[in-house]
Amino acid sequence: MSEAVIHDDHHDHKPSGIGRWLFSTNHKDIGTMYLVFALIMFFVGGAMSMVIRAELFQPGIQYVDPQFYNSMVTVHALVMIFGALMPAGVGLANWMVPLMIGAPDMALPRMNNMSFWILPFAFTLLLSTFFMQGGAPAGGWTMYPPLVLQLGDGFPYLVFAVHFLGISSIMGAINIIATVFNMRAPGMTFMRLPLFVWAWIITAFLLIAAMPVLAGGVTMLLTDKYFGTAFFDAAGGGDPVMFQHIFWFFGHPEVYILVLPSFGVISQIIPTFSRKPLFGYTSMVYATASIAFLSFFVWAHHMFTVGMPLTGELFFMYATMSIAVPTGVKIFNWMATMWRGSMTFETPMLFAIGVLFMFSIGGFSGLMMGITPVDFQYHDTYFIVAHFHYVIVPGIIFGIIGGIYFWLPKWTGNMYDEKLGKLHFWISTISVNVLFFPMHFIGLAGMPRRIPDYSVQFADWNSIISIGGFVFGASQLILVWVVIKCVRGGEKATDQVWEGAHGLEWTLPSPPPFHTFTTPPKVTDATAHS
Amino acid sequence: MNLMKNNATKTAKKLGLVAVAMFGFGYLMVPIYNVLCEVTGINGKTGQISQSEVKIEDVDPDRLVTVEFDTNVNPNLPWTFKAKKFKQRVRPGEIAEAIFIVKNESTNSVVGQAIPSVAPELASLFFNKTECFCFVNQTLAPGETKEMVVRYVVGSELPEKITTMTLSYTFFKASEDVATKTIIDQKKSIKNNG
Amino acid sequence: MFFNKLKQIIFGITAFSLLIISEAALADYMNVLNLTEGVTPTSKMVYGLHMQILYIVTAIGVVVFSVMCWSIYHHRKSKGAVAEQFHHSTTAEITWTIIPIIILVVMAIPATKALVFMEQTGDAEMTIKVTGYQWKWKYDYLDDDISFFSSMSKDSNDARQLGSGIDPKTIENYLLDVDNRVVLPINTKIRILTTAADVIHDWWVPALGWKRDAIPGFINDNWTYIEEPGVYRGKCAELCGRDHAFMPIVVEAVPKAEYAVWVEEQKTMQLAAAEGAEREWTKDELLEKGKDVYAANCTACHMAEGQGVEGLFPALSGSAIVNNTDASEMIMLILNGKNMMPAFKDILNDADIAAAMTHERNSWGNTVKDVIQPSDVKAMR
Repeated sequence: MSEAVIHDDHHDHKPSGIGRWLFSTNHKDIGTMYLVFALIMFFVGGAMSMVIRAELFQPGIQYVDPQFYNSMVTVHALVMIFGALMPAGVGLANWMVPLMIGAPDMALPRMNNMSFWILPFAFTLLLSTFFMQGGAPAGGWTMYPPLVLQLGDGFPYLVFAVHFLGISSIMGAINIIATVFNMRAPGMTFMRLPLFVWAWIITAFLLIAAMPVLAGGVTMLLTDKYFGTAFFDAAGGGDPVMFQHIFWFFGHPEVYILVLPSFGVISQIIPTFSRKPLFGYTSMVYATASIAFLSFFVWAHHMFTVGMPLTGELFFMYATMSIAVPTGVKIFNWMATMWRGSMTFETPMLFAIGVLFMFSIGGFSGLMMGITPVDFQYHDTYFIVAHFHYVIVPGIIFGIIGGIYFWLPKWTGNMYDEKLGKLHFWISTISVNVLFFPMHFIGLAGMPRRIPDYSVQFADWNSIISIGGFVFGASQLILVWVVIKCVRGGEKATDQVWEGAHGLEWTLPSPPPFHTFTTPPKVTDATAHS
Repeated sequence: MNLMKNNATKTAKKLGLVAVAMFGFGYLMVPIYNVLCEVTGINGKTGQISQSEVKIEDVDPDRLVTVEFDTNVNPNLPWTFKAKKFKQRVRPGEIAEAIFIVKNESTNSVVGQAIPSVAPELASLFFNKTECFCFVNQTLAPGETKEMVVRYVVGSELPEKITTMTLSYTFFKASEDVATKTIIDQKKSIKNNG
Repeated sequence: MFFNKLKQIIFGITAFSLLIISEAALADYMNVLNLTEGVTPTSKMVYGLHMQILYIVTAIGVVVFSVMCWSIYHHRKSKGAVAEQFHHSTTAEITWTIIPIIILVVMAIPATKALVFMEQTGDAEMTIKVTGYQWKWKYDYLDDDISFFSSMSKDSNDARQLGSGIDPKTIENYLLDVDNRVVLPINTKIRILTTAADVIHDWWVPALGWKRDAIPGFINDNWTYIEEPGVYRGKCAELCGRDHAFMPIVVEAVPKAEYAVWVEEQKTMQLAAAEGAEREWTKDELLEKGKDVYAANCTACHMAEGQGVEGLFPALSGSAIVNNTDASEMIMLILNGKNMMPAFKDILNDADIAAAMTHERNSWGNTVKDVIQPSDVKAMR
């Protein structure tokens, strides 16, 4: 526990072999595993979207049976949300939260190990349904009854997979809160926490509040199908719409569970490359918290068309519109951070700016569909698909990728290939817009979502969309190449890595030793992030 | 260090309890939803009142509303089901009566349960039945035809803008336990209303 | 090396994309850009609201993105910009909280009005009920006691099969045509109830300006008032299983007088159909009718040649039930359904079922080759 340990690799006991990973309790190793797992699932889910785009390239059914197509749509969503986005966010948190708050590790290392290793298990359950009688889940990731109850042998596997994913993410969330609440270095007050940490505290609370509700909902589905309950069966006095209420009570906060870590990342990146402190730190914290709070009162905007009383529709419309205010505050704060800064445009900054622009586009369409009477037209069309993909892909995935480029030199000790990074950004940005922007048009013009085939007037745009999709999918291989190249070697990174970087994580060597901050650092206003 | 760990475990335990509580909340949403439905009419379920609760002075003599009767049979139930008359003009506050005809087309004795739904949803708040075949499940012998009665009152507080409402029934096949459960639910909701 | 190759690939893809755009008539793209204005007061109101909000968010977007671009261009290190160190401004923060609130209120007022307008289902002159089935629609004209199913037309259904070899572009109104249209009078306030028999569907005709879920066990009500005669096409909008994409809606709006004629026609037809169930049919009659009934109701799962889909839907060709000389099990199965197979007793009349069965029992190498009469089906009901 002496000072020397921190900067001395030789006394840095790293377990070796597979055991290092299987039984790991080290936040950096677990963080790495989360990120690698997320990357693999990103490609698994991506492969499914390639099947979708190939089928939609032309009208008519060329490659897959409609039932299999529905499975692709369903499992693509489940894999991307629970397998790629959430683990990627948790992975970043695992790596960075202890480093940012000056903690030696996560508060509950063994639980950390468990919450990771549940993931591969849960996805084995989920993906094994492809080989079962009745096929993989095909009722949409929203799992609406009665349709979802028509699933064959795969049904209990779907339910248990969701349970395990829920348990995993709840444990991850508990760990993060326990770490931040109890393991902060002396002087690291709450209002000195980097915004990434704040974003994750709020995300973690959302997870703990929302995931169990989903678990409850799918448990009801299970008992409805096998044990004679009638929660969602009109014949027994239940109501299928109630499942939608339960699902979206989880589902809307889930949107923010996905997006807040990305917001956290770009709140680190933008000040760094603007060489200027984050604008409006306090209002950022409050805006994030109020977005999270409001997210529990807007769920029914996902289901305006089920037929609600006027008062209900008005309430959810107003509540939904009100979320635009704190979201706007965040965007404006980031703009003000850039304003009169001294900006450079390394790859992380490019991705962060990409988030600002394209997340805003997703925000605008989101505002449009928050207007109930117009949503009666938008609902369940490609306009919605365009909206949430703009939020998720250039809004969340770009943020996470930006974070990976941002911290990769810190993690590996080597600089990544800047040229390839920029190439990755530009191809991704162009193709992602070719992919998702025309979806607004075909959605408005009347193309419903979740269909394997469409009427011919949508053919031209769909071809373009598919081309955008293939290019975007392929261009993500550049990321893999950059990461592999960077892990293997390259120009050595300094401790600070980026000229404008501030905060505890940048005081450590690159790469940081296996155990860090075994003696807590002292934090003062001068060394704090903001 | 140890102090930190202890505190962390405490935090984790508290948060774990929150998670368990939220799982419970998921289930709590079921009764909450049902109460909300009764208050706002969300899913168009109708209320039940006893004959004695109907007050004659509530009748609005100058107003007539149209009540339509819609019938559905779930594909799993081998019955036909029709309203004798498709629509009725009634005075709010007055007890009215509608007759439905149901026939078992199969060669087995079958138990069915009718589930009501009212549109527009808002109207369901003012739609009360004093007698209905949907209060209990119905058993029909092979080939049996039965006339069934609904006595109902459209509350005189019904908003002016509602001039037409539809009372829709869907007959489902009732398995014994589902049927009993429905009756229990009905009784509960009567209690809640009462 | 590597970069050159990548550049070549990117260039190739860009050139290819441009080629597609220029080859197709630009008009094709322009027709598929925006919401339809529609033909009802509701749809026009919704369209107006949509455009209004679109203009507002576009304006906000232009302002915000311009500021960002200006900042990105001018405040860069390579241009010698020196970072200032300010990190808050109460005035700015209050401004960009208040202004969005004002804009939102401005948007909320017409939206609330539109919503209130759309909820007024009272004073309708007629009511129709739409019931969603996997995967077709049933329409009941409640005032006139007319009732029929509407499924996707046969030519679309043939072309949309996996590996059909038929180019969808050669099919008129591919995936947008049905066997029986919903005929509605214009300038009439029509109440439309939606419900479903199996899973949740969603009835959507864009030109009417709304969509509404069809939920089993519950009814939803809406209304429409079509102002112009014409044919308006729509689709199911809620994922409802394998053939969700293949249950189109076609509304034909006609003048009131024409509508009255149509109603009479329908009534006569339904009477004739009821009589059809009483008489004895010839085998040829049954086979001819059976082919159509099969195509409209059975091919979705059991496929055109009765081969089924492995693991999902059983084959009829060579099936033990189909080839059983005692037809009663097959009749019961069709009438009452089993697992994924829907019950057809409400969907098809006796003559339809008899015809479809006769077709099945005489096709694809099946050996019974007998005749099923409507009276046989009736006896089993």
